[in-house]
Amino acid sequence: MLASPSVLAASTSIRTVYLARLREAFSSRGETLAVAGGNATIADLLDALRSRGGAWAIELAPGRAVRVAVNQVLATLSTVIRDGDEVALFPPVTGG
Amino acid sequence: MPVRVQTSDFDAGREIAALRAGDARVGAVASFIGVVRDVNDAVDVNALTLEHYPGMTEKALEDIVADARARFEIYDALVIHRVGELKPTDQIVLVVVTAAHRGEAFEACRFLMDYLKTKAPFWKKERTAEGDRWVEARTSDDDAAARWDAAR
Repeated sequence: MLASPSVLAASTSIRTVYLARLREAFSSRGETLAVAGGNATIADLLDALRSRGGAWAIELAPGRAVRVAVNQVLATLSTVIRDGDEVALFPPVTGG
Repeated sequence: MPVRVQTSDFDAGREIAALRAGDARVGAVASFIGVVRDVNDAVDVNALTLEHYPGMTEKALEDIVADARARFEIYDALVIHRVGELKPTDQIVLVVVTAAHRGEAFEACRFLMDYLKTKAPFWKKERTAEGDRWVEARTSDDDAAARWDAAR
């Protein structure tokens, strides 16, 4: 809380997890990412991933049904990302 | 443990007997078993692969069971969900609920399945003659889950 924004920015690193169809589309199970700024949200993360183009832009396009969990709890676009968070992206569930 | 995620098959009779063993308050046991079909959306299905999100899936199932306990007068509940490769006629999921009376047992069992289908992180991939395909979520499942909230 007392840390300056620059210190936060330098230390905000998250792990992403891609599941099911998204894992296959991205050819990745997940990665470690540096997140700019101390108050980045899930919306910011999705924007950054979309800017990679290709499958990222297609699968994460606005309107596509993508679910997000932060530290294994469902999150929203406005959820703030903290250092060390595990952020999972996945399609709507189809179990049962 | 009220929830289990496992690759191995389950014996519903044994699980039901274990859940109500020694509990003389129980007057009703309701159960549901989900099974792999050989057809979906008019396409033959040869196999099904179920994926989950280890950690979150178990937690989500535990939350759903806790929700059922808060909503219905039940004594106990069990959810077993399989993952990995399954074939037509294989069992996928088991839900068992014990209660004093059938009404609460039936309702809680249905609630658990409706919520599981829309809130627990599992994904199905089908192997068909036309290739592999991820199963798309159904709006009818969302409607079934939403009904429980509208009823409150």
